[in-house]
Amino acid sequence: MNNIQKNRWKDQAFKYWGVFCTIIGLVLLTVFIGDILIDGIVRIDWGFITDLPSRKPENSGIYTALMGSIWILILTTIIAFPIGVAAGIYLEEYAKTNKLAGLLEINISNLAGVPSIIYGLLGLEVFVRIMNLGASVLAGALTLSLLILPIVIVATREAIKAVPKSIKDASYALGASKWQTIWHQILPASGGGILTGVILALSRAVGETAPLIVVGALAYVPFAPSSPMDEFSVMPIQIFNWISRPQSGFIENAAAAIIILLGITFIMNGIAVYFRNKWQKKWK
Amino acid sequence: MENPIKENMVLDSVIDPSLKKIPKIEAKKIKVWYDGFNAIKGIDMTIKPNTVTAFIGPSGCGKSTFLRLFNRMNDYVDGFSMEGKIKINGSNIYKKNVNVEELRKEVGMVFQKPNPFPKSIFDNVAYGLKIQGITDKKFIQERVISSLQQVGLWEEVKDDLKKSGLALSGGQQQRLCIARTLAVEPSIILMDEPTSALDPISTAKIEELIFQLKEKYTIIIVTHNMQQAGRISDYTAFFYLGELIEYNKTKNIFTNPEKQQTENYITGRFG
Repeated sequence: MNNIQKNRWKDQAFKYWGVFCTIIGLVLLTVFIGDILIDGIVRIDWGFITDLPSRKPENSGIYTALMGSIWILILTTIIAFPIGVAAGIYLEEYAKTNKLAGLLEINISNLAGVPSIIYGLLGLEVFVRIMNLGASVLAGALTLSLLILPIVIVATREAIKAVPKSIKDASYALGASKWQTIWHQILPASGGGILTGVILALSRAVGETAPLIVVGALAYVPFAPSSPMDEFSVMPIQIFNWISRPQSGFIENAAAAIIILLGITFIMNGIAVYFRNKWQKKWK
Repeated sequence: MENPIKENMVLDSVIDPSLKKIPKIEAKKIKVWYDGFNAIKGIDMTIKPNTVTAFIGPSGCGKSTFLRLFNRMNDYVDGFSMEGKIKINGSNIYKKNVNVEELRKEVGMVFQKPNPFPKSIFDNVAYGLKIQGITDKKFIQERVISSLQQVGLWEEVKDDLKKSGLALSGGQQQRLCIARTLAVEPSIILMDEPTSALDPISTAKIEELIFQLKEKYTIIIVTHNMQQAGRISDYTAFFYLGELIEYNKTKNIFTNPEKQQTENYITGRFG
């Protein structure tokens, strides 16, 4: 076999290996979603979404958990979005590039990989106990904000880095200040990327269970939260709770709740993709 | 924020640009380092108002670095440090508490690759005015039109000012970038190889434009194209390895250079 044939063979082999790997991923996902749909789709109706939890599986709904998740999502966005984006802008545009900045960068990347339960413990100590917020929606949202901050910061920095230097140069050369350049050129050009990163981080937050359990989210709350200081539950905890019940009706409920949670995640990812494409069209 | 006195000053200069005094540029004992690397090793130079001065020399000779000193664009480069003074209108622009934004309104710059903002043609030209806080729509509109007219782009784009600046051809983009610079009414324009990414026809248009702009502005242009330097400039400075080898009237540099190195370079024997 000469060299050309060898290379061609390698090329083909890798192509089929790639196809195989892609199929494995897709098949597993399809089987999983199919299984969940078979178990849960019959349970989904308007009542399932608007009913409060109950001892009887057929009367149970996800209303309190869904509202808890929405509360958490909104509060986390309000907290993590401005802080994360501002930190990203600072690190990328203002901070000097020296050893300290390098150290900071490595640490932020590492923080993104810290197990979520560690953030839960931090939240329990700082927000629940020291700041005395109790097992409230606010404490939960603050904890999840910590969890996704590194992701938001890294995403913001990457998006800003992708803005061509020539655009910044042009802005500065016309007498724009740093802030004007950031506001008029860098943020509009990187907005799609930043938004995508934030939405993906939030869709991770909405699926988090462990840190919220540690902070003290409840498996059963009779009412949906009506203020940031209320007790709460979220969808993943509700699912976890139902799965651990012996009655088969609750398994059905869990499957149905998973479908809704997946739906929320898909919609959020869809929005992220939509924004990215829209922005790319406008700015390239 | 709104300062009526300042706005009037801007208006005065638009009524009669010739009221504006075009300043002289003096560079004294300039040395530049990038971290440890000594990019410029002590250069003195005086540039006369209303002239075109060409900087020539092989890649890495420091001519672009030197050009970027005049509007302090090197400030953002990591590891940049310098010694010496650059005086524009008699005052050192590297003094402490110099307002760099104000300086850059006075000293405009055109870059090697056309770099219009991903905005409409109109907004590209209006950007420099808007960031100065000017909100008078009529004033902005007039300035945009006159700037586009000066670069000969008005007839080509007057019907689609709302189109993205990126939709133009390379040569048009570069003229848009020059119009954007003119809109701020600088007195000095720095050009860093403005035609190196353009086709010959677009290049000819830009050269023609530079020739006209000389009346109102002082122009410093970095170029790799020897014929271009010969065609458009009044003075030529030859840089080599961070030093100014020869600086004289363009005619003299090209017909009767004093230094052997200059002759070797312009005749294409090295570089």
